[in-house]
Amino acid sequence: MTGRGTWSALVAAAALIVAGCTAGSRSTANTESAVESLSLPESATATRPSEGDPDRRLTFAVVTHGTAGDPFWDVVKTGAEDAGEASNAEIDYLSDPEPGSQAQLIASATSSGVDGLIVSMADPDALQESIASAIEAGIPVVTINAGEERSAEFGALTHVGQSAASAGEGAGNRLRDAGVTTLLCVIHEAGNVALEERCQGAARGVGGAEQGEDVRTLQVNASNIVETETTIASELQADPEIDGVLTLNPAVAVAAATAIDTSGSSATLATFEFNADVLQAIRDGQLLFAVDPQQYLQGYLPVVFLALYARNGNVVGGGQAVPTGPRYITQDNVDIVEDPASIGTR
Amino acid sequence: MTAATTSARVPVTPGRSPVLRALSRPELGSVIGAVVIAAFFATQTDQFATSAGIANVLDVTATLGIMAVAVALLMIGGEFDLSAGVLTASTGLVTALLVDQLGVNIWEGIAWSLLFALTVGFLNGILVTRTRLPSFIVTLGTFFALQGVNVGVTKQLTDTVQVGGVDDAQGYAAARAVFASAATIGDGEFRVAILWWIVVAVLATLLLVRTKFGNWIFASGGAPASARSVGVPVGRTKILLFMTTATAAWLVGTISVVRLTSVQANVGLGEEFNYIIAAVIGGCLLTGGVGSAIGASIGALIYGMTQQGIVFAQWDNDWFPLFLGGMLLAAVLINTVVVRRRAEDSPG
Repeated sequence: MTGRGTWSALVAAAALIVAGCTAGSRSTANTESAVESLSLPESATATRPSEGDPDRRLTFAVVTHGTAGDPFWDVVKTGAEDAGEASNAEIDYLSDPEPGSQAQLIASATSSGVDGLIVSMADPDALQESIASAIEAGIPVVTINAGEERSAEFGALTHVGQSAASAGEGAGNRLRDAGVTTLLCVIHEAGNVALEERCQGAARGVGGAEQGEDVRTLQVNASNIVETETTIASELQADPEIDGVLTLNPAVAVAAATAIDTSGSSATLATFEFNADVLQAIRDGQLLFAVDPQQYLQGYLPVVFLALYARNGNVVGGGQAVPTGPRYITQDNVDIVEDPASIGTR
Repeated sequence: MTAATTSARVPVTPGRSPVLRALSRPELGSVIGAVVIAAFFATQTDQFATSAGIANVLDVTATLGIMAVAVALLMIGGEFDLSAGVLTASTGLVTALLVDQLGVNIWEGIAWSLLFALTVGFLNGILVTRTRLPSFIVTLGTFFALQGVNVGVTKQLTDTVQVGGVDDAQGYAAARAVFASAATIGDGEFRVAILWWIVVAVLATLLLVRTKFGNWIFASGGAPASARSVGVPVGRTKILLFMTTATAAWLVGTISVVRLTSVQANVGLGEEFNYIIAAVIGGCLLTGGVGSAIGASIGALIYGMTQQGIVFAQWDNDWFPLFLGGMLLAAVLINTVVVRRRAEDSPG
């Protein structure tokens, strides 16, 4: 009892101290970096390709908009770390879902003089200034996951990710081929552009031409899976016409599978992303397919790309976006991903 | 019942008309709100007033209600607990990790999880009472600490941020019967969590109305200084209240993990505000000393009815939080009026 209590107290104290420190240092890091990047352009040459020792250990910062504990971003982080080990690079993974804080993280990575920056752009406009400062300071930037359409404009080397709209459309096509005419698209994060795009893409995929009236969207609270399950069941009861459900998160997918069951609906279910439970549901035939964005590659590839650029001056695809997905996981290939999924690389 | 709504410092004036007395009950606004909302959705949608519709509403209400009742007790005692939402995930994770990693019997996992919850609650309580810091900031610290521990420990032990396999545990069938079974009435599946909620609400009401500890809760929140001077153990009362919310979080965490058979390390975030909203809609004052367990249950019911009703009505449920905010503000205003009326009614 006492041991546990003391330990928790220490953890609580540490968390408070850390929270206090970062909050304080972030703002200063931001201003410092802005000053440095403008006044010290010569530092740019140090990180240019084909200069310096080719065996030098590189340092890359990965700055994403993921929240801690999000299974998706966790795999991205693992991918980046694995690639860092393979490419003799130090990986500094930072994340903050709040765009302003993410910009500050980019600024502090810039001021600490990393050899490359990997940034997910959920909100490109908010990051524009900090990315511009990084590029001005001579730091090569690769964008990942979101923000493909602005990547080249911002001066990034390349973009690595899965286009939300085309992946959504592909999923919609597959559902249409399975006989779905009225689709329910379940959004678990209000205001996330990429999720909206997936649903709009799915609408095009199901409806054929540019029509989206056959797709309903439903907002759920992914912090509370029980509530999510019930909300989906209510929607299916309220609108019996729905014969297909597309979820965008594995936990929501499992909730939807139960909801379809309890509400007596016969809707076909498919999802974006997966976990062990989703794989089991695919095997059991409850889920038609999972769209695998192969986010491990969104962590792994940019590290390799930046290392190749720093040491050898290579730019993959001449700067065109490199798609990491979609890969569809169905009953036929579910066994291939089973093992990697359980060790956090899928 | 009248005593439930009367704080130690505000005695009911004898001989007041029943109407006036009803108007000073803290849960009055919520009862009216609940009736209006139920009538509205029952007439406007086909599913709301069906067996399946009611089952869905109560499903959402039950787990929220359990937490709202416990949080209401704590708020009557004058404190907040922002760590309660994350703790529902922590307790589920403790059970799931013990079961999945060490292969222990699920009941053993659930017991350790309760011990963990009680420790967190005790820690919250002792930190708040010893330091005299606002519970807002202390439990915000616990909130972040638990959030970090949830993700960090899970990642360390499983390499992923999700723990599953709870249904393979020894004793799972019995645990499912107790925490996650369902009874089909009509075409609705009624979850056993609804019974847990009713049990918790009744126990909390009896505690507030019939026991000395109930009086201590009202006194600790309403007038801590005078309570201390008449010998009420304010510190001990508050520590026990923090342990009560932690126990409720354990119950909800256990219900979820047994039902879903897996738990993700980042769930529960933000839920703590729903608990507080339900308690406030049910008549709890942010300053302590006023509130009831029944009111908090009705607050949870309003949340559940509206959340599901909007879906039944096929409205765009992007707007649900706006409604929730409106309800909260309306409730706070009504509560303030009720309290002022009471203060005017009471002789001194």
